[in-house]
Formats: sequence, structure tokens, C-alpha cells
Amino acid sequence: MANRQRPLKTRPTVLALSAMGLAAALAAAGCAGAGGSSGGSGGTSINVLMVNNPQMVDLQRLTAANFTKQTGITVNFTVLPENDVRDKISQDFSSQAGQYDVATISNYEVPFYAKNGWLTPLDSSIAADPGFDQADILKPIAEGLTGSDGHVYAEPFYGESSFLMYRKDVLAAKGITMPAKPTWQQVADIAGQVDNAQPGMRGICLRGQPGWGENIAALTTVVNTFGGTWFTKDWQAQVDSPAFTEATNFYVNLVRQHGEAGAPQAGFTECLNDLEQGKVAMWYDATSAAGSLEGSDSPVAGKIGYVSAPVVQTTNSGWLYSWAFAVQKASTKSAAAWKFISWASGKQYEQLVGQQLGWARVPAGKRASTYQNPDYQKAAGPFYAQTEQAIASADPINPGTQPRPTVGVQFVDIPEFTDLGTQVSQDISAAIAGQESVSDALRKGQQLAETVAKKYQKS
Amino acid sequence: MNATATVPVNREAVRRDPGPRRVIGGAAAWARRAPLLPALVFLVVVTQLPFVGTLVISLLHWNALDPTDRGWVGLSNYATVFTDDNLRAAVLNTIVLTVVVVLVSLVLGLAFALLLDRSFFGRPFVRTLLITPFLIVPVASALLWKHALLNPVYGLFNGVITWIWHLFGSAHPPQPDWVTTMPKLSVEASLIWQWTPFMMLILLAGLQSKPIEPVEAARVDGASAWQIFRYLTFPHLRRYMELAALLGSIYIVQNFDAVFTITGGSLGTANLPYVIYETFYQAHDYGVASASGVVVVIGSIVIATFALRVVLSLFRDEVIR
Amino acid sequence: MSARTALPKWARSHPLWGVLAWVVGLLFVVPVLWMVLTSLHSESDAGTNPPSLGAPLTLNGYREFFGAGTGVSPLPPLINSLSASIGSTILVLLLAVPAAYALSIRPVRKWTDVMFFFLSTKMLPIVAGLLPIYLIAKQIHMLDNVYLLVVLYTSMNLPIAVWMMRSFLAEIPVELVEAAAIDGASLPMVLRRVIMPIALPGIAATSLICFIFSWNEMLFARVLTSVVAQTAPVFLTGFVTSQGLFLAKVCAAATVISLPVLVAGFAAQDKLVQGLSLGAVK
Repeated sequence: MANRQRPLKTRPTVLALSAMGLAAALAAAGCAGAGGSSGGSGGTSINVLMVNNPQMVDLQRLTAANFTKQTGITVNFTVLPENDVRDKISQDFSSQAGQYDVATISNYEVPFYAKNGWLTPLDSSIAADPGFDQADILKPIAEGLTGSDGHVYAEPFYGESSFLMYRKDVLAAKGITMPAKPTWQQVADIAGQVDNAQPGMRGICLRGQPGWGENIAALTTVVNTFGGTWFTKDWQAQVDSPAFTEATNFYVNLVRQHGEAGAPQAGFTECLNDLEQGKVAMWYDATSAAGSLEGSDSPVAGKIGYVSAPVVQTTNSGWLYSWAFAVQKASTKSAAAWKFISWASGKQYEQLVGQQLGWARVPAGKRASTYQNPDYQKAAGPFYAQTEQAIASADPINPGTQPRPTVGVQFVDIPEFTDLGTQVSQDISAAIAGQESVSDALRKGQQLAETVAKKYQKS
Repeated sequence: MNATATVPVNREAVRRDPGPRRVIGGAAAWARRAPLLPALVFLVVVTQLPFVGTLVISLLHWNALDPTDRGWVGLSNYATVFTDDNLRAAVLNTIVLTVVVVLVSLVLGLAFALLLDRSFFGRPFVRTLLITPFLIVPVASALLWKHALLNPVYGLFNGVITWIWHLFGSAHPPQPDWVTTMPKLSVEASLIWQWTPFMMLILLAGLQSKPIEPVEAARVDGASAWQIFRYLTFPHLRRYMELAALLGSIYIVQNFDAVFTITGGSLGTANLPYVIYETFYQAHDYGVASASGVVVVIGSIVIATFALRVVLSLFRDEVIR
Repeated sequence: MSARTALPKWARSHPLWGVLAWVVGLLFVVPVLWMVLTSLHSESDAGTNPPSLGAPLTLNGYREFFGAGTGVSPLPPLINSLSASIGSTILVLLLAVPAAYALSIRPVRKWTDVMFFFLSTKMLPIVAGLLPIYLIAKQIHMLDNVYLLVVLYTSMNLPIAVWMMRSFLAEIPVELVEAAAIDGASLPMVLRRVIMPIALPGIAATSLICFIFSWNEMLFARVLTSVVAQTAPVFLTGFVTSQGLFLAKVCAAATVISLPVLVAGFAAQDKLVQGLSLGAVK
């Protein structure tokens, strides 16, 4: 009876085949997977999770031949696009799973990650490493990476602010001079004048892509300088206030009238492409774009002028952002992690990039010494002064015309802002597409913001 | 020996309909169940344990970004789920997306299968061409559609429009922003492109298993191609279409890659998996996200119970045959 | 298949029909052709409008994919995907074939209920179950481990595999099994001579489907793996950057990563259709 019910799998050949196949698969997989390495002959290894911006990709390329050779520490990199990497970092750090020793977070995450005890303080490592020269870090950047308890929790890899980039030749051909400190109205007027200056060219490129770090970043700087804010000092939501509404209407109308094609989905890459291909004449975005625009394979190298972010009621309006390396508290390799951070954020690494890849590709925006380096000044001639000035003048504590409840120029430094900003950004993108009115978008945003504010008003 | 002796007598009954007619008791019943147990136990452990976990978490207030604020809240997460506009919109989006994708790819798959049913030069090669989209990794396909095809500046569709307009001498081709103006259609198009081959294969199998004598007889009697299709082919294919629709629905309801990659959940395309993902990874509200998951499971089981009545008729047909 | 070979004249070569079929086939596959073509262009040629079909071909995209730019080899993710897919397919077959046997040839009493339960396990959106799985995996130190993926992919594909195998096995005419038994054949003989030849296309079709779905899976892989067990689809997403051109690289990566599935699908498409036609012995 038992014989009749014996299932197929006891057939010898099938069993043998399965076993062989499985053995082959397991052998190929090594222990738990084929990736990474645990450090070879006696060295250690660390896991680093990074966003896949060009500067990080360069770092990935240069690490094995330089850092690993010098210190014997193998670095296993994982690079992912920004949205994906933020999800992964927040999951790993919030659960303290220790999958990664080092990750690229930003001045947005550092305050509340530090408060939650997810990061290792770096003060003792900095003190023991005088070659790192913490004092060289630009002040706003360094402050952004310090926790509320005064300890340093991350070291910047590169920093950026925002400014206005424009085609000097196109404006000159129309007889327009860009003022040294333009206002947004002046910029809107110029955009109207250079619209169609060349076939297929639009006046300006502004971010429309949904995302709290995409269109909301640019829009918030405009809101700040128009006199608006997301929240007042005592956490009253101000998303549908007159100033915020005026700024948003201005932004959306400017994009709709003189902005790039495909604006509702256009982010950094699309606008970079547009400016390089002559599809727009101006672009308001991150200072880090200048490196690509002046690169050797850029069709518009040498033709771009750079001027500070347009203002209305404030003296400056550029945002402040830095990608920085932080060490997870649950990491067991903080010494090796610090060695890596010290190298990657250090002066020698900038020298290395400058010599091997070109000075325009140096991850700048973090050290004062970079901007005093004659080689860098020569390679970044058109834009280094404006970049340094933009970063140095950014004030995350008082970016606008009224006091703020927490730090942040282009964001509000609360964990809920990613969700709040993303949801509002989708309505803004729809407004740019003409599918929704700005007042509807801001009304919805106000409701969401009020829900968030309730939590902070209590405390 | 007993089993052998009694089995031939009631073989038909046992084979086709074991339920009401013959009770197999005791050791024989367990011997029948034995081969099923490994799979059953495995599935129960690997799927039900996480489900229980999801249930438990859905009763907690747990925001990963706020480690100090955690506690038992009973059903209030479910209240949030039912009053959340985003979630309701997501349910509607999921239903619309699934129905549209399954129906259109079924019709297209049927058309392609009919096309492949006749013999012509190079038929195997054309069949290979037609199944290719299903074999492209879904996230690669979504990236391909978003960046290489639909992008308004450098995508293929707008490029072809420009080229055609140039042929007619015009320098101002329309360059629509596909993803922005037609977000749902863009996501649906990429999914239909991927799943049509799947439907086609199942229907092709159905077409090739169709008995040929009745068709020949009908031809001899002078029936037209349309009549043959309508009265002979289509009824035979019904079972296969139901199967294809069921399997397709199961996968497309869960689809995440296309929505995430092509529109990032914006412009009204957010479906349930995306909204749940967003609640987990951006809002970090694990309690509400788990509650959404539980609600989705219960909803799907209710729907599936009705849907499977259709499938069970599929089984019954098979039994009667 | 004997009934099919003697096709009447009207069903044989129809040239116009063939032309239509070729046109439809080529049009439908244009995105894939475009993907391969783009992967062979340089980045700046890849992003032109109108599309530059005649641009010079280059292997740069592939060089970048194979690590020329970053020094990172794509082999580990590819190997991980391979082992996870093959491993889970084998495990699925080991579990599904006996289960299907117990649901068709010698069915248990409530086999429709069992089938329903199997299908219902696919109702939980994977996303919702991710967190408990992540927490459990963290506790048992199985994060970033290919074995974990094997287990999860098996549970993901088991319902469909059981379903498919059940319908294949259900086609086996009982008379044949009985005739062989009466002739004195033992169960292994019956299995080898009678059941296997008929079920083999079904097993091939089921394995192929399981392999494809495992290879393509991204959500589990993205959340539960990091350095050691990263799979190919996750590796692919790493090429999409928000600051720079990537079209040629991504197309090259997409082509290479889809190749195993493409090859497996092309090679086994006959088995797939044959298997899906539920056997010809009726």
C-alpha cells in the first residue's frame, strides 16, 4: 500500500539530477551569495551604501586602487538611485540591522537620525585624526551635520547650494544683461524675452518632477524669498498663506509659460540635458550641475554664465544640501569606517580626483581649501566663486523672512517632511501639467501640513 | 493488497469525484495526503507566519522614525485605512489597471494566437518574436518604456513622430509628453506589452488542442471562417481564456515595478502595492501599512471566492469530459 | 499530434497571412530591438531626437556595464540571480510534483479547498508582508543571504507550480496507469514509463515559468539583500542616475540581464506550448 503512494520524487534519476543541480547552484553561490568580499588576506571590509551620483561613482572607481591599497580595507559598495537609496538607508538605520557600516545621508537626516541614536558620533575620531582638518569644512555645511547635542555625526562628501545658470551667448545676442543679483521678476522677464531665441529653445528650465527633494526643493526656496514658509515658529501650517500661494503661482506660471517641454516630469537630468542640447536658455538648480556643464564633453562648455539664486524679499535664497557619510551605530567596524570617511572626505582625495579625473569633477562644496586651490580655481573658473558664495551665504536657521520652528532651507527638518513634501509635490506637478489648480494643490497641502503640525504643537 | 483489489471497481468514482461517493478512511487517506504535506507545510510556514506578523503590527502604533512613540492601538489603524482618500483611490486604480490590462492583453493575445494558428513561412520565428516581451525583466521593461520610449525629449515615440513630420517637410512635430498627459495609459501600455505573450501562449495551447474534425466537417458543410470561430473555436477557448485571465489578474494586481518606475505613483496612478510601499518606506508608518495589507488580503479573498466559482466550473468541465 | 500533421490545403501556407504575421511580430518587438540598438550607441547618440539609427555602433555601454567605469563586476549579481532562480525552481518542483500528484492522480478529499488555499497565499501583497519577513530575517541573521531568497521565491511560485502540475497530471489517462498496473508494473515503472513521458513537458513548462518569475523578482531582493546577495534586477536599477546620461548603459544592462530568461524562453518555447496544450494523448 505504501508502495503505490510513493511520490515521484523518490525516482533515483530525478533525485540525482536535483541534487546535482542544487549542488551546482549552491557552489556558485558560495556561502550566502556571490557578492562582496570579506577582506582577503587579513584585512577588514566595510559595506558602504551610496547614491549613484557621478561623484560617488568616481569614488567607487578610485577606491580599490588607492584606499584599499593604502589601508588594506576592502570596501563593498552598493549604489542605487536616490529614491531607492533613501528607502534602503532609512530601513537599515531605523532597524539597526547593520547591513551597511557607512551610508550617504544628508543634512536632512542627520538631526533626527542622531536624535534617535542611529548614528555613531564622530568627535573622538576627528580629534584623533588631525590630518582631516574639521575646521576646513565650510561652516553651514558642518553645522548641518552636527546633532542638536553638539556632536558631529557625519562628514560631507560634497555640498551644494543652488544658483541660476544661463546661456551668456543667447542673452547677449538679444542684448540682455543678467543683473548681478537678479530678482525673480527680472528672471521671469528675461525668460519671456529669450523664449524661442533659437529654434526649439525655451526660456528657462525649472524642476517639475514630483519628489520632496525635486520640485519641492526648488519651490521652497522661491517660497522662502517671497516671504512664505511651511510652518511658523509655533507650528502653524502656512501652505495656503498668501505668500506661499503667490510664490507657487509665480513658479507654476513661469514654468507653464516659458518652461521646458515635459516640465511636470523634468528633474535635474532632464534640465541638464535640455541646457546642454540648447533646448532651454536658463536653468535654476544645484551648483553641482556646473561641473557637468563645463565638462569636456559638454556642448555648452564655456558658454554658461552663473549668478546667485534669484531673490525677492531676502538677500539670498540658495538652498543648502550636502551628501555626507555617516556610520551606523550598529556597525562593528567603526574604526575602519572612519578611515574610509576620513579618506573620502579628505583633502588628498580631492587632489587625487583633480589629478586623475580632472578638477571639474572634484566633489567640491565642502572645504574652504578647495576654493583656494589654484588648480581648482583654474578648472572651475566660471563658477567656483559663485558656488562658494552660495554655500557660505545659506542660512538654514533663518532662510526666510520669519522665524522657523526647525532648521532647513529647502526642507523642514522633520521626518514627516518626506511624505508631506512628496504628496504636495505630486499636486504641484499636476498643477504644472495643468491638471489641477494651484489653489487646490495648496489647499490639500495645507490639510496635510496641519495634520503633521498637530503632532509637533503638542510637544 | 486490499487497495488493489477494491480500486478497479470504484476507479472511475475515485479518479473523478472523490468527495461524496466514496469515503477513504484511515491510513489510506493519510497516505494520499502525504505527498501533499511538504508543500502545504512549507507554504503555511513561509506565508502565514508573516501574515500573522502583519496582523499583529497592524494593531500597533509603530512609526519607525519615532522609536519612542510605540504602543498598542487596537483597530485605529484600520479606521485610518478606511478613511484615507489615497487608499480608496488606490483600490480603484488597482481594479481599473488590472481589468484594462487583463482584458486588452487577452484580446491581443487571442489575435496573435489566431495569427499563429495557421502555418506560414517562418512561423516558429514569428512566435519567438511575439513571446520576447514577456521574457524581458519587468523592471528593465519599465525603464525601457519610461526612458527610451516615452520620454518626450529623447524617447523613440516622439523621435518617430519627428522623423515622420520631417518626411512631410514640417519642422514643428507635436511632441506630446506621454507619461504626463496619459499616465495611466503609459503604465497600462507597458504592462499590456509584457503580458500579451503570456495570454497568447495559453490561448495558443488551447487552439492547438482544439479537435480538428468538427472544423473540417463544418468547412465541408460550407460554414464561414467567422462562424467556425464563433461556434467552434471560441467555446473551446473559453476555459483557456478564463485560466489566462485568472493567472494574469493574480500577477497584475500585485504589480509594483511598473508603477514605481514609470510614474513614481504620481499623477493618479498609485495602485495598492505602491501606496502600501509608500506608507512603509516614506511615511514609515508600519502600523497603518500593515493594516492596509490585511484589508487588501481580506478584500482579495472575498473577490477571489467569487472569481474562483468561475474557475471551479473550469474544474467541473474537466471532470465531466 | 497525428491529427495535426495532415492539414487540409486551406490551413497550409497562406502567404498574405504570413506577411501580416511577420509585420505584427516585428512591430510588437520594436521596443526590444530599440533597446538593443540603443545599447550599442554612445550616450550622446542614444538621446537624440529624431532617433539616429545610423549612429556609429560602440560597445561602450557594455563596457560600462561590465565595470570599465566603476571597477564593479556584474558577475556576482548575475550568479546570485542564477542560484536563487535555479535553487528555488528545484525546490518548487520537489514540493509541487508530489503535491500535484496528491491533488490529481490520487486526489485527497477536499482538493478544491486545498487549491483555493494555495491560490489565496498569493493574495497578500508582497509589500505588506515584507516587514515581518525583514524582522524575522534580521533575527535569524539571514539578511543578505541567497538562501533566504530561495525560500521566498519558492513560496512565491509554489501555488502556480502546483496549479500547473495538477492540470498536467490530471491529463494522464487513468486507464494507462491501470493497464500498466494490471500488467504487473510496479509504481516506479509506472511512473517512468507512463507518467513521466506525459508529464515531462509539464515539468519543463512549470520549471520555465518558475525560473522566469524568480529571475525577474525585485521587491524581495531589493529589501532583503545588500552586498553579498544582491541580484541582477537590483543591480540594474543602480545604473539609473538622476544626474547624468545613462540610456545606453541601462539598455546594455537590461539586455544582458534579460539574456538568460530570453535564452531559456526561446529554447523551451516548444515545451511550453506543448506542455500547455495539456498533452495530446486523449
